[in-house]
Amino acid sequence: MKNISFGQYYPAESIIHRLDPRTKVILAILYIVCSFVCQSAIGFTALIFSMLAIILISKIPIKTILRSIKPVIIIMVFMAFLNLFLVKGGVELTVWKITIYSKGIYTAVTSVLRVISLIIGTGIFLTYTTTPIELTDGIEQLFGFLKKIKIPVHEFAMMMTIALRFIPTLMEETDKIISAQKARGADFTNGSIVKRAKALIPILVPLFISAFRRADELAIAMECRCYRGGEGRTKLHVLRYRTRDFISMFIFIAFLAGLILINCFGVEYPFIENGWF
Amino acid sequence: MEKNFIEIENLSYAYDEDEGDKVPVLNGISLNISKGEYVAVLGHNGSGKSTLAKLLNMILTPTSGKIIVDGVDITSDELTEDAMFELRKKVVMVFQNPDNQLVATIVEEDVAFGPENLGYPSEEIRKRVDEALRTVGMSEYAHHEPHRLSGGQKQRIAIAGIIAMSPECIIFDESTSMLDPSGRKDVLNTMEKLNKEKGITVVTITHYMNEAAQADRVVVIDDGRILMDGTPAEIFSKPDVLRNAGLDVPQCSAIVEELKKLGVPLDGDCYSTELCAELICNYLTNVQGL
Repeated sequence: MKNISFGQYYPAESIIHRLDPRTKVILAILYIVCSFVCQSAIGFTALIFSMLAIILISKIPIKTILRSIKPVIIIMVFMAFLNLFLVKGGVELTVWKITIYSKGIYTAVTSVLRVISLIIGTGIFLTYTTTPIELTDGIEQLFGFLKKIKIPVHEFAMMMTIALRFIPTLMEETDKIISAQKARGADFTNGSIVKRAKALIPILVPLFISAFRRADELAIAMECRCYRGGEGRTKLHVLRYRTRDFISMFIFIAFLAGLILINCFGVEYPFIENGWF
Repeated sequence: MEKNFIEIENLSYAYDEDEGDKVPVLNGISLNISKGEYVAVLGHNGSGKSTLAKLLNMILTPTSGKIIVDGVDITSDELTEDAMFELRKKVVMVFQNPDNQLVATIVEEDVAFGPENLGYPSEEIRKRVDEALRTVGMSEYAHHEPHRLSGGQKQRIAIAGIIAMSPECIIFDESTSMLDPSGRKDVLNTMEKLNKEKGITVVTITHYMNEAAQADRVVVIDDGRILMDGTPAEIFSKPDVLRNAGLDVPQCSAIVEELKKLGVPLDGDCYSTELCAELICNYLTNVQGL
């Protein structure tokens, strides 16, 4: 069992977990496109069902997923209100002195739905079912073609890997420094905000110095292990697309095509035009 | 004796101080190391032993003198990038702090880092990683995260990462100094195993006497010069010279020395605990007929 100590990775045995990380990046992008292609109520109904389907397949508890939506609730409420009062069109509805329109209600609901599907789509494909290291690998290989236009893809991936490797080490170090400063009588919990912020300086300074020293030593150690950039480097784990990757991509492309078709047949706002509001 | 693998001729090195002053660290060191040797370089802090290691691996460039590794002069100005790459494939280094040598977040990925840089195909890397982890006895940790391992285990992973590159010579730059006793023992056993079973030339830089006693040959460095060069038995039979160089004498040698002072006639090698025990036992058998 791999011990994952940070990030949101949720270890489980599901087909989504087993997909190639590159596939998952592509699926996440396709899903984002899907949520923006949606126009009609039928499209959004399909989107809601697809969201439920993905959650079920990924075997991640709903609770965990709802937790990831929590931080953006305020933004969603704000967005919903703006749409509700500013979008005009469709049937008028007056309560007290405030007039809202059916189209406003529709846009408010759909914009919230879109944000939720964005978070769930990227969350499930990129963070819950993929370890950070897999994701780095996937992104490096998927965007490898950008090297041709001089974008240092490998270097970014290497930096990401090293950052992930050193997060726990530096956290441990921070704890040690905090204990050491506490032992000398430093106080981090009392006083005004300014005072408490100032108390952080004796933690940050040694932490930075040590981080730079580590970086220096690591660079030498890497050089001694014959590292000279991504050129001519091979990989222990070579990523390979399998049947499940092609099938899942096919399903997503079909879903996207379906949504576009619904738009083409012009079944926009069916409820509103029929005056059901 | 096989031909010399590393030849050091009259090597000097000086650090640049802030005001343009040069602080000499090594003063004309000459040393030959043959293939398959197990050499301990002994010296107190600031004796220049770590500088020597860094010069051997081209992390530093000497002020004067020559280093020839496997027939290639690594101090020459015309040394190409590729030649340097080739050299680093042959002579690798294990550092002091195990934390600052590990690159990847999964043990096996880290061990694979070296061979990946050398551009081996992935099946070959797989084979090398498994073999290296087996050699250091860490196979069961292949999928662990390095930061959850103990210091000794991390250092063994670092060694595995280096074995996977199949080097001819490994330099240990105080690789045991940050470890607890059990971790140190593990690493020392690994060093010995690599030398005896795989025929890898091992140069260990240390200030621990027991570690030096384990080697085939001990070189004592003091003040940037070679003070003594010989087998552990030769070196540790001169405790006064060691003390003058700011070094301790192994406990067992010290005991024998004290006993000699008290008039107990002990004669023979006494640089390891076993040898020392044997010596005393023999004496007791002879004298008291036990």
